Amino acid sequence: MPATVAARGLNHSFGSLDVLVDLDLEAAPGEVVALLGPSGCGKSTFLEIVCGLASPSGGSVTIAGDGTEAGRLAACAWMPQRDCLLPWYSALDNAALAPRNQGLSRSEARARAAESFEHFGLDGFESAMPDELSGGMRQRVAFIRTLVSGKPVLLLDEPLAALDAITRAELQAWLAPVLAESGATVLLVTHDVEEAGFMADRIVVLSPRPGRIVAEFEGARGAGGDRAEVVSSPSFNALRENLLETLLAGVAP
Amino acid sequence: MKARTWLPPLVLLALLCGLWQVAASSGFMADVLGLESFLVPSPSEIADVLWTDRVLILQNAVPTLVEILAGFGLALAAGLGVAVLFRGSDLVRRAGYPLVVASQTIPVIVIAPILVVWFGYGIWPKLLIIALICFFPIAVNTLDGLRSTDPEAVRMMRSLDASRAQVFRRVEVPTALPSVFTGARIAAAVAVIGAVFGEWAGSEEGLGHLILQDNAQLMTARMFASVFVLSVIAIGLYALIALLERAIVRWR
Repeated sequence: MPATVAARGLNHSFGSLDVLVDLDLEAAPGEVVALLGPSGCGKSTFLEIVCGLASPSGGSVTIAGDGTEAGRLAACAWMPQRDCLLPWYSALDNAALAPRNQGLSRSEARARAAESFEHFGLDGFESAMPDELSGGMRQRVAFIRTLVSGKPVLLLDEPLAALDAITRAELQAWLAPVLAESGATVLLVTHDVEEAGFMADRIVVLSPRPGRIVAEFEGARGAGGDRAEVVSSPSFNALRENLLETLLAGVAP
Repeated sequence: MKARTWLPPLVLLALLCGLWQVAASSGFMADVLGLESFLVPSPSEIADVLWTDRVLILQNAVPTLVEILAGFGLALAAGLGVAVLFRGSDLVRRAGYPLVVASQTIPVIVIAPILVVWFGYGIWPKLLIIALICFFPIAVNTLDGLRSTDPEAVRMMRSLDASRAQVFRRVEVPTALPSVFTGARIAAAVAVIGAVFGEWAGSEEGLGHLILQDNAQLMTARMFASVFVLSVIAIGLYALIALLERAIVRWR
């Protein structure tokens, strides 16, 4: 069941360093919200707070009304910037980690992940070890690992940042329908304007540290159709320019 | 195994033995050292004794091997146990770490006779001495391995519903395994020294015991034969661990 994520008056600081200031953000069930901002603006910290791996210095985060850390941890699947594939497990065993942790037997968990492998164009690579996979494939395995958890909220922390431009474009096209199909509520952290515009229903632009929300835009997620067409349309160009302008205005001295 | 793996050490060993053979059998070494030639045995003489006294040497090698294996096993259990305990609690680690280091400063030669007084001439004092020597490299390496766990991978696992035990089993243990094997290999090499010290302090059998007797009777060739067998035991144990490592740590 997709869930509402709501942050109210969220503040966070590391010692005397303010990272997030007075953040209000709500993501509706099934919505994909992109958090766009310069490096170091606290986007990643925000995700870790949302998924219950850290507690905020002030304010609250609730998921489907539950504000406890344990409740958020249970509701969210977090995908860190690095793929974090465990080198001692095959691609399929890596993807099957969540159901394994949830108590399924190894063969049941593998069977569940294997469906996604087929579905998402990774069949034939089930028994490959992580170091045998390309960067793009590793990232796909990490996505599947996150999706297979079956959690209502997915938190993606710059999932494509480590990839080359071509693979990134390819995976954006791959990921958009995958997320739509999952029906999950998604928070996507990125500093890539095009990625935010193409993948998200809504784009929230954060200022440089300490991060606060400076603007919100509607994304092109609903546009449908081929990625190349979408991102070269006049309306997307306008969105891209707007996003860039807002980002640069925040960074400028 | 490829020839490139075993050929270089074999060639080096053959070369050194050849040099030694020439130096010893020509009387050169005895002259230089100003000794009777029977005190400076050549490799061929050692090999000769190794064969003629094979029963005696084997009879003494077996108890030594048993001591080494048991002492090593004890150290492995204790070392892994302490490392896991230290990983589990920062307080326990801070409290206990100095003691682990202190265990390594105990002069084994001095403590061995005391252990014999306490535990008698049986296997226990040897076992404890071997375990004492082997414990440190195993414990320290295992702890380092556990502590090198990627914290991001741990958080990823927690977000995928892993319990503390599941994180330990699926992330921390595999991360630590290569270090565990490194510690075990170091321990295997020094275990033999512990066995000899233990037997010197008081025993009725074993290669260390035999060496002590042969030393008193100036039977140098058989002494070297015993040392040779001790080396074979150490290298064998080391190789066994390396083989296990290759079979288990496949991802490296």
